[in-house]
Amino acid sequence: MNKVLQRAEDAVALVPDGATIMIGGFGLCGIPENLIDALRIRGTKDLTIISNNAGVDDFGIGRLLRARQLKKMIASYVGENKEFERQVITGEIDVELIPQGTLAERIRAGGAGIGGFFTPTGFGTVVAEGKETRVIDGKSFVFEQPLRADFAFVKAWRGDRKGNLIYRRTARNFNPVMATAAKVTIAEVEELVEPGRLDPDAIVTPGIFVRHILQGPSYEKRIEKRTVRL
Amino acid sequence: MRDKRGRIVQRVARELKDGDYVNLGIGMPTLVANHVPADIDITLHSENGLLGVGPFPTDAEIDPDLINAGKETVTEVPGSCYFSSADSFAMVRGGHIDLTVLGALQVDEEGNLANWMIPGKKVKGMGGAMDLVAGARRVIIAMEHGTKEGGAKILKRCTLPLTGPRVVDLIVTELAVIEVTDKGLVLKEIAEDTTIEDVKKHTDATLIVPDHVGRF
Repeated sequence: MNKVLQRAEDAVALVPDGATIMIGGFGLCGIPENLIDALRIRGTKDLTIISNNAGVDDFGIGRLLRARQLKKMIASYVGENKEFERQVITGEIDVELIPQGTLAERIRAGGAGIGGFFTPTGFGTVVAEGKETRVIDGKSFVFEQPLRADFAFVKAWRGDRKGNLIYRRTARNFNPVMATAAKVTIAEVEELVEPGRLDPDAIVTPGIFVRHILQGPSYEKRIEKRTVRL
Repeated sequence: MRDKRGRIVQRVARELKDGDYVNLGIGMPTLVANHVPADIDITLHSENGLLGVGPFPTDAEIDPDLINAGKETVTEVPGSCYFSSADSFAMVRGGHIDLTVLGALQVDEEGNLANWMIPGKKVKGMGGAMDLVAGARRVIIAMEHGTKEGGAKILKRCTLPLTGPRVVDLIVTELAVIEVTDKGLVLKEIAEDTTIEDVKKHTDATLIVPDHVGRF
């Protein structure tokens, strides 16, 4: 079984129009930038994207938005993207906003074969409208459904040919949980190594969750808000 | 009056206790980190997957893989750890975060909080705010007492969509420190250069005024 793909182009060729794709990352940190760019170049359209944020106007998911490849965006916060805002106002794109922890847990449930869960998050707000609620031990909870996708695009720091992944710093974020919740998970890594080169105790995403892996040719790692002390 | 925000965050910092795990919201609450008393040790949680947030980096230390929930570049302190978003919110909802400090658009007499959307205006999303107010053991609101237009933010009832019902424990503004109790809003302290009457004038909710009101 060869999981290794040579190029991001080969990976996105698997994705049909209308697919649902989870894309890892928080802001621009830890996004699979080579896969996103390959998807933009291929022009795959009518996509439903599940990602915490929508990128910025000219980087990350923002590039797919600008090329009008999205039909729907499922996210927790989309405030940094003017083109996204424009497409929401004109009705070109659907948006579903989900509390960040609920988004993460719905994806976790999807990947773990759990049929849903009761969470305190969103009780008594618009988020709970139309959903089952229950009082458990005197506290109110809202029922939330699992979330799955056709594809997950994730980014890791290092990976091996078996698909085992290790992340770096806060670039981990949604990547490990999304890796578990798609029919086909494609990982891009900064460094692809032979099996045995990664410490088995340090692996965060076991290779069982990863169908394809590739080494990104380069990483821009754009910084959204450069803040420094003197 | 001296800098409003500085006054607010300095007062909030006095609520921190040794050993606390603390999540600071985006914007003004983040500034609380600059005023942690020297004799206590707290650990800052960032919901994108870090316990042990340090100060902003120097130019040489900048790492694009290391940001806070506001997407700002940060550093890690010794003893930090990283984890996934799912684990991060297990900490939040599971009651493991001792304290969160958030901003607000409105707070009311029941401790209801509205801080994520204004109908008819651009909707950006709630991010992690609904999880934080539902799960953190203590919720402190750090905000300016009134709106920029001079309206009240502390109300009998919130009119904006809620982030969470009955979630706020303490409100700290440049004018007052107000505790949310079962009986209503209790005026605990007022700023050194204001009066109880002035605080009441800028508050559209009933304030319970105890015999002793402190100064800050």
